[in-house]
Amino acid sequence: MAKSKEGSVGRRKFLTNAAATAAAIAGQGQVADAQQTASDEDEQEHEHQTVPSDIALRVKALETVLVEKEMVDPAELDEVVDTYENKVGPRNGARVVARAWVDSGYKERLLADATEPIAELGYGGAQGEYMVVVENTPTVHNLVVCTLCSCYPWPTLGLPPVWYKSAPYRSRAVIEPRGVLREFGVELDDDVEVRVWDSTAEIRYLVLPERPAGTENMTEAELAEIVTRDSMIGVAQVTPPAAAGGGA
Amino acid sequence: MNGIHDMGGMDGMGPVEPEPNEPVFHEPWEGRVYALARRMGRWGRGRNWGSGRFGQESIAPAEYLRMSYYERWFTNLVNRLLRTDLVTEEELDSGNADPDRPRPTLFPELTDVSGGSARRDVDVSPRFRAEQRVHVRNLHPRGHTRLPRYTRGKHGTVIRDHGIFALQDTDENGQRLGDNPQHVYTVRFTARELWGERAASERDAVYVEMWEDYLDPA
Repeated sequence: MAKSKEGSVGRRKFLTNAAATAAAIAGQGQVADAQQTASDEDEQEHEHQTVPSDIALRVKALETVLVEKEMVDPAELDEVVDTYENKVGPRNGARVVARAWVDSGYKERLLADATEPIAELGYGGAQGEYMVVVENTPTVHNLVVCTLCSCYPWPTLGLPPVWYKSAPYRSRAVIEPRGVLREFGVELDDDVEVRVWDSTAEIRYLVLPERPAGTENMTEAELAEIVTRDSMIGVAQVTPPAAAGGGA
Repeated sequence: MNGIHDMGGMDGMGPVEPEPNEPVFHEPWEGRVYALARRMGRWGRGRNWGSGRFGQESIAPAEYLRMSYYERWFTNLVNRLLRTDLVTEEELDSGNADPDRPRPTLFPELTDVSGGSARRDVDVSPRFRAEQRVHVRNLHPRGHTRLPRYTRGKHGTVIRDHGIFALQDTDENGQRLGDNPQHVYTVRFTARELWGERAASERDAVYVEMWEDYLDPA
């Protein structure tokens, strides 16, 4: 059912015409490119991006139809996009982690039942209704995945990166987590227990990474700055500022 | 359903490829698709909107793997809008609403469901307790399920009871199998139990959330 519908969506008259126009423009772009030096890759990239893709045209057509039917207001779409591009993201989760690092009472409550302590910092809502925080220690390393789709704690981490939603990560994280971690630059000793959390139900997970040595004098705000998104998914460790810059 | 989406433990998908400084949306259309999907759900009330997950899982495997993430979202949204007759093929072809079709009616929110949340405030006794050994039932439903294939038939240990949630599983047409509120548990499986000798360490484990219907006592 879904397949045949998709096929029909892909062969719409209007869009085919639009795509033909776009292709003509693209062709001109390529001619122009050919006249430039081959090393001018940035310029070529720019040329290609000025041409709307077929999917962009199809999405635009759908939005126009829904707006004309008064089923959605473009301003509310702008607001959703703005929220996830600019307001909700891993900085939120980093504040939760930093608070747990400096406040042992907060950390204890966070590990017991995370939803309320996270809400105290202002983070909750869609895909953050039932939060569980799992703690990395010298002997336990936690890794979060959603093998079935892309479940991810939006309020604390924002929308997931492409690799998290990709087939390689979803397929491999549960069967060879140490191999995946190695590719991210995390080498674990054999005596460390790896715990993989597959977010199959309504619970969403946040990893509480280990606080690195040498950060004893840092403030909570400074600590939040060194906590990365990847460390809260569990594919990275947090490095102190002096050692930072290595891709963690 | 035993679809391509249920990827846990598969080989051959290649390396994980993180992108430095990745933007939230790579193209403006991705943001529009995400926002549309978030905002259109209300129009599905009282209509055959179906399970969003089932819709994505029903995309043919070769297409599913070919499509980008937001292409799958877009496909699913379009399929739902067409199925419920909220838009027509002709409208999507022309890029304009048909002025001769009546504006769709927005149906009121159902009062017995708390804002789309799966949590249920009902009294159901748990069949299992923490530390209990369980056996995952060998279920292969044709509809949507949250039971990953790699856990079926395996033994694990309940480590936490998360309380009561509505079952999200559907029939083969994407319709939920009733509300069926029940306890959801985190079950710990040793990597050895799941992957045999392929498991890198006896210490490693995978933790999976399980609706009670998926489990039997061990």
